[in-house]
Amino acid sequence: MSSRAVVTGLGVVAPTGLGLADYWAATLAGRGAIGRVTRFDPSPYASRLAGEIHGFEAGEHLPGRLLPQTDRMTRLALVGADWAFADAGVVPSELPDYDVGVITASHSGGFEFGQNELRALWSKGGQYVSAYQSFAWFYAVNSGQISIRGGLRGPSSVVVSDQAGGLDAVAQARRQIRKGTSMVISGAVDASICPWGWVAQLTSGRLTTSDDPERAYLPFDDRASGHVPGEGGALLVLENAEHALERGAPQVYGEIAGHASTVDPRPGSDRAPTLQRAVELALADAGLAPDDIDVVFADAAAVPDLDRAEAEAITKVFGVRAVPVTAPKTMTGRLYSGAAPLDLAAAFLSMRDGVIPPTTGSTLSPDYDIDLVTGAPRPHAVRAALVLARGQGGFNSAMVVRSAHH
Amino acid sequence: MSTTAFTLSELKRILLEAAGADAEADLDGDILDTEFADLGYESLALLETAGRIEREYGISLDEDAFSEARTPRALIDLVTAHLPAAHAA
Repeated sequence: MSSRAVVTGLGVVAPTGLGLADYWAATLAGRGAIGRVTRFDPSPYASRLAGEIHGFEAGEHLPGRLLPQTDRMTRLALVGADWAFADAGVVPSELPDYDVGVITASHSGGFEFGQNELRALWSKGGQYVSAYQSFAWFYAVNSGQISIRGGLRGPSSVVVSDQAGGLDAVAQARRQIRKGTSMVISGAVDASICPWGWVAQLTSGRLTTSDDPERAYLPFDDRASGHVPGEGGALLVLENAEHALERGAPQVYGEIAGHASTVDPRPGSDRAPTLQRAVELALADAGLAPDDIDVVFADAAAVPDLDRAEAEAITKVFGVRAVPVTAPKTMTGRLYSGAAPLDLAAAFLSMRDGVIPPTTGSTLSPDYDIDLVTGAPRPHAVRAALVLARGQGGFNSAMVVRSAHH
Repeated sequence: MSTTAFTLSELKRILLEAAGADAEADLDGDILDTEFADLGYESLALLETAGRIEREYGISLDEDAFSEARTPRALIDLVTAHLPAAHAA
């Protein structure tokens, strides 16, 4: 029996659009969502721009019982999961309990919920801390709540490896499908634009201090000064290819064809970084050659050393300006765990529509020998795509997706 | 505390604040003897509810006695037994 893992449903909650159609329309139009933080007063902080989701009213989408016990990231993840299942033509409660798993990634858990409860603890006392703090902050809570809401008792877990986790979770979902689970909902949503989350992110030293939304997050540009944080992500319905065929899935976006993750040597080591190795291993896992890849969705750190490492890895594997490279995350900011699942969604839509979305804002530095897609979307047949994600601490992850009709 | 009576409407208000309500879980019907589990409130929802009752009424509920109060009527009786007014009556 085939154990190919295909993607049959996409649910997007992004600063540039709630829902797949709005997100994709904004992405092709190059409409960014980066602006000054509105959720709190960012004046006292070194960084003041974010990619916020506006207009999300959780109560319009979720039952009242879920609201007192969920962080913003969980509410967004639950809605993203609902949309992904609906897109896949699946009603989770109608499937056998143990047929569907939930595997998400998380960067930092439910920071805003935790911040509110810490404030209650220190200003009013322990008896004012919500009982739901016991799980609402937790890394695994998005997987848990999606599982409870849908009655999904298949293999479920969470992967925590910063931004790389967004791909590592989908890779774990593919493993479970290969082991015999029919369907896994996977991906990630992070949302910690609150003062506590903000100061935690500032410690990375990788956030830009620019106040100009148009010139703040500029990967592969000589002016690169760090990234803008964003919130959101995407959920994907992964499914055994035969299962999708048998039930008549409304569409098959493509296949999760290859994946590899590596960890960089410790800082100061004379050994080379390992992103290139992750790319090579992911290609080998997919059984594809560099020539087979039609577009690379870059991690796009916008930190000069990291941009150089990524551009060099791409050039070494594919050759000088031999493959289009793009970073539509320039429109959303970096979404941490949510970034790579959103890039996977974009890659599948690129395949569907034969177009590569642009990198906005950046002007390619002459130091990098890559073919960066800037300005307008580029019409281009996409049969296979590579998505890259790196996490702080040396995590590298590479995933190859390809058309189901190969 | 100025509040000395713990009624069903007070319990419903605190339940809603603590744990919210689903459209399908109707708190407006005759729920005095309906188990909390059947109303959709699991142990954590009740723990949060107990904490809020304790804060508002300045009382301390015994954990075992609280976990045995499985219906609104049982919980109202338990809380009422802890209120000063109950002793005066």
